[in-house]
Amino acid sequence: MAVATNSAGRPVDLREPAGWRRTKNQIMTVLMWASFAVVLVPLAFVLVKVFAAGASAINWQFLTNSTIPPNVMPLGTGGMGPAVIGTLEITGFAALVAIPLGVLGAVYVNEYGGRGILGRLVAFMSDVMTGVPSIVMGLFIYTIWVLHFGYSGMAGSFALACLMLPVVIRSSFEMLRLVPDSLRQGSYALGATKARVTLTVVIPAAIGGIVSGALLAVARAAGETAPLLFTILTVEQTNSNLFSGPNTALSTQIFANATSPYVGAEARAWGAALTLIAIAFTLMIAARIVTARFTRYSR
Amino acid sequence: MEEQEEQVPVQVQQEQEIIPKLDIPDTAPREIPTGNPVFDVQNASMYYGDFRAVTDVSLTIYENEITAFIGPSGCGKTTVLRTLNRMNDLIVGARVEGDLRYRGASLYASDVSPTAVRRRIGMVFQKANPFPKSVYDNVAYGPRINGIRNKARLDEIVERSLKQAALWDEVKDRLNKSGLGLSGGQAQRLCIARTLAVEPDVVLMDEPCSALDPIATGRIEDLMHEIKSQYTIVIVTHNMQQATRVSDRTAFYSVLRDARSDTRTGVLVEYGPTAQIFGDPRDERTQAYVTGRMG
Repeated sequence: MAVATNSAGRPVDLREPAGWRRTKNQIMTVLMWASFAVVLVPLAFVLVKVFAAGASAINWQFLTNSTIPPNVMPLGTGGMGPAVIGTLEITGFAALVAIPLGVLGAVYVNEYGGRGILGRLVAFMSDVMTGVPSIVMGLFIYTIWVLHFGYSGMAGSFALACLMLPVVIRSSFEMLRLVPDSLRQGSYALGATKARVTLTVVIPAAIGGIVSGALLAVARAAGETAPLLFTILTVEQTNSNLFSGPNTALSTQIFANATSPYVGAEARAWGAALTLIAIAFTLMIAARIVTARFTRYSR
Repeated sequence: MEEQEEQVPVQVQQEQEIIPKLDIPDTAPREIPTGNPVFDVQNASMYYGDFRAVTDVSLTIYENEITAFIGPSGCGKTTVLRTLNRMNDLIVGARVEGDLRYRGASLYASDVSPTAVRRRIGMVFQKANPFPKSVYDNVAYGPRINGIRNKARLDEIVERSLKQAALWDEVKDRLNKSGLGLSGGQAQRLCIARTLAVEPDVVLMDEPCSALDPIATGRIEDLMHEIKSQYTIVIVTHNMQQATRVSDRTAFYSVLRDARSDTRTGVLVEYGPTAQIFGDPRDERTQAYVTGRMG
């Protein structure tokens, strides 16, 4: 029983007093669960719908066949192979450009130029860049690259890299900022130079968060459509040369197929959507595993 | 006038009678022989921007001795300690005036590299700060940045350093576990082992036991006595008993308040053999502090 006795022998009630205190707790609990459900509904709806509509389209041929059929053809002819390869190539190269640049930028801002003019400028500009709409990034690459060198997967990579860069800088910066100063001091006290301190203590301490932030940026970029429309055009055959000639990607194929009236194209769009979700999901899992691996000494 | 002058010594005498004597054995030497000087500081002042944090520091620290810095909070003990291996260079706006010599060379000469200084003058911090790496990698960190790659050589250094820090028996079976998994006292001894691994000439300790229980503190004090023959140690401590237990010489710092600008500046009041500082202080402020009358 939640009743104690005080020194005078009188009972002392240890239970939560009924009334407004308890009611508030109940209201807030209900609100929290409700918000959780509200967030969950669209996610579950998207997943269930895409899976239900797309699963029937997925088979080995769909994922690997190197010819995307014309819209009028029914499901079962050709496949999305060129788009799968295009998406992996284009996002992969974008990651190769944006992640090193972004992490180095964050290292500069947090470890080197923090309070200086250049450091603050880089931080401010990357925040501004976060707000640039993806279609504007596509147009930007179109005018400075595509007009001079033609359509290519690489042009698409550049557009995606521009989108990923501020996200990578921001997430890496936040992670580096969390590294306690006492670790830097400990390293300096052993006679380490600034570069050593950064490379052997600061970055390893933050690497888990940096990697997962970078992979989240990659997963987002993999689903971008607008910047690719201006930069890679579209093809129906696999173009494994990233650096020249038009290319294609899952996101642009979803756009092209879903907007056409044919049954086969619609099914292909759902299939491509499911494939894209699967790729993003795989990246998320990879991010978790990598993070766990890199942070095994941090607790 | 004459009457007043006569009264003054009487008052002082009465005060001295009230002051409790600290438990210093009468046999403790009040003067001790001086070895080779390691640090020779003359008229040094430390600033943070325009703020003068410590002033009038002049002292000589001798080889293979343990020198304790004591004094109330804000008196600049840690600032002085951190200028000895140029750790204060890392604080924006910190600067030093005066003559600070380490084994004859000027520490703040323009051609002196702070990293080269810190490789010879290590530091242990108030709060244990093991790297988020394995116990082994924590200790091997210093040797590695000095270019030692040979695995057998590193193994040997890690074992020797951990033994010196009296930690080997506790961690020898978990060298590959995270250094963050150790208890507070073990983590601090790991940091000491990490410092000893680069075989420094001097070890600076900034209140190394302030977060530890008496048993862990005792272990670290024992270890200081053991490594004293090979290193020169300077320790900042708030614990006066600790200073009397471990140190050969003690420097007492105090705070000067400027009532006009309301600033506080640390100042070195008295420096001498520990037994003399605690048993026969020459300055009233030292006496007041070591007998517990001033916080």
